[in-house]
Amino acid sequence: MNHPTTTTTTLVEPDAFAITADLTQARLPRWAVLLVGVIALGVAGLVTLLTGWSPTGGLVLAVVLMVAGFPLWSMVVEGRRAAADRLATSLVWGAFVVVLVPLVWLIWMVVSHGVSAIDAEFLTYDMRNVVGAGGGIFHALWGTILVTLAATLISVPVGLFTAIYLVEYGRGKRLARVTTFLVDVMTGIPSIVAGLFALALFVLIFGPAIRVGFGGAVALSLLMIPTVVRSAEEMLRLVPGDLREASYALGIPKWRTIVKVVLPTALGGIITGVVLAISRVIGETAPLLVVAGATDSVNFNLFEGRMMTLPVYIFSQYSSPGVVPVGTEGDPPGYARAWGAALVLIVIVMVLNLVARLIGTYFAPKTERRR
Amino acid sequence: MAKSIDVSDLSIYYGDFLAVEGVNMTIRAKAVTAFIGPSGCGKSTFLRTLNRMHEVIPGARVEGKVMVSGQSLYDPTIDPVAVRRRIGMVFQRPNPFPTMSIYDNVIAGVKLNSRKMRKSDADALVERSLRGANLWNEVKDRLDRPGMGLSGGQQQRLCIARAIAVEPEVLLMDEPCSALDPISTSAIEDLIHQLKSEYTIVIVTHNMQQAARVSDETGFFNLKAAGQPGHLVEFNPTTKMFTNPDEPSTEAYISGRFG
Repeated sequence: MNHPTTTTTTLVEPDAFAITADLTQARLPRWAVLLVGVIALGVAGLVTLLTGWSPTGGLVLAVVLMVAGFPLWSMVVEGRRAAADRLATSLVWGAFVVVLVPLVWLIWMVVSHGVSAIDAEFLTYDMRNVVGAGGGIFHALWGTILVTLAATLISVPVGLFTAIYLVEYGRGKRLARVTTFLVDVMTGIPSIVAGLFALALFVLIFGPAIRVGFGGAVALSLLMIPTVVRSAEEMLRLVPGDLREASYALGIPKWRTIVKVVLPTALGGIITGVVLAISRVIGETAPLLVVAGATDSVNFNLFEGRMMTLPVYIFSQYSSPGVVPVGTEGDPPGYARAWGAALVLIVIVMVLNLVARLIGTYFAPKTERRR
Repeated sequence: MAKSIDVSDLSIYYGDFLAVEGVNMTIRAKAVTAFIGPSGCGKSTFLRTLNRMHEVIPGARVEGKVMVSGQSLYDPTIDPVAVRRRIGMVFQRPNPFPTMSIYDNVIAGVKLNSRKMRKSDADALVERSLRGANLWNEVKDRLDRPGMGLSGGQQQRLCIARAIAVEPEVLLMDEPCSALDPISTSAIEDLIHQLKSEYTIVIVTHNMQQAARVSDETGFFNLKAAGQPGHLVEFNPTTKMFTNPDEPSTEAYISGRFG
């Protein structure tokens, strides 16, 4: 009876009862997880009330009870394998919640503190001659946009061409191996080092005490390039070799194959990678503070004069928040401005991420089913 | 403008590894030539040397001569890109360009080479190529849809349409039906019969019946022993190969007594 077809037919024969009986297994009801959760919360709440623990302690206790209790119950009713499954599931969910807590908390803090600071004046005024309340982030917003844009304009061509070399031309060559290694090293450069490098470079060329927005862009591009290279490389490698061969077989030269077949196929992923690289560097503070400096005025010229950026703005508003007017209570005015700028920065990063996703789906290779 | 191909003493290497040794044959113009043989014996490798696709793989090289209409393909003055424009290829797995519509896939060879073409000429070329590949009636109403949305057999015929749209003189087919169902296979075999009148066709197949059905001449490749390079055992008209082959090993392979 070891032939597969006969086994399946046995199941419908009368003596199949014995077999199906062996296959059944006691299962916890679907609401079991809810019940355990409620009990864990209840017990933890009781302990917290009786011993006077903090709510955080009680919450941790509830999670521990849940993770320990649910598999234990499952062990008694369902057996070992199911219990191990429940334990792993509980741990994965627990880890998920632990990761989510700081994220939600952070967003909540920034939104609740920052939203009151944001109004039309905040978005359209700079900090020139502002003493006390008032003023805004206009100069920092434009600084961030310009510096990040310039950094992107530097990094994308360099990163993309490096990735194209690594995938299409350098396979197995010594130069490619060295490049890959150096890119990996570059990924680990501390941002302040990138900033100091850019500063040293510009001081070397333009003399001491130079502070320009473009220097900030150079520093940021040092941080962006490895990310762009890495993501573009991965995306290009994902393009099937079949497509390249199909193109060669039509008598299309290699460079045209890369430009017209390989790059369009990988475009969605490459753009997503670039946008993610931008959102990584847009919040950098140290290198910009060092090279681009800080200012209270609007400066649209990347190549002359100091340029404010949002992270540096947040930093300077927090480190020198001004004074509370005599006779009033409350925080110094700089704190609210720092929170407001932080909120704007987070919104920019989120919008960038959403745009990356939209672009990624829009440019993804289309099939009939996905339309 | 179909061309014949003369191969003399061709040895094919991957780096230091000799994959195929000493092939001599003449592939007739406007005929179908089939290559059969066990896996790993170098049929596909040999096929790829006929339009210099072989050297796309790093370290791959050849020794010997491939002559097409009096020109040696491996002469240093020959541009491999120009060779591939004249000698098209269809691959084992259908590989339409995923970013392009059916229409754009067909004219990819023209468009990606940035040859200027009027819209009416392009339309005519697309229709002619799709008709040539027996696909026109199935896709004429959805030319702007993605090529990847077609079924496997349709995709393969789309790839054939794409290959004949650049008007090559020779069409190389590397197991074009191995991923297809019998109905799609039969459609492609019919197509090969029609294309024969205009193109020189070389086809690699694992399917002996297919070789017998579609080809005029057949070459049998085999390994001398495991780890040895592949070589051409016998090259003869298909009817002779399948009824009265010269070599006993050919008969053993064809009749299924291989070894």
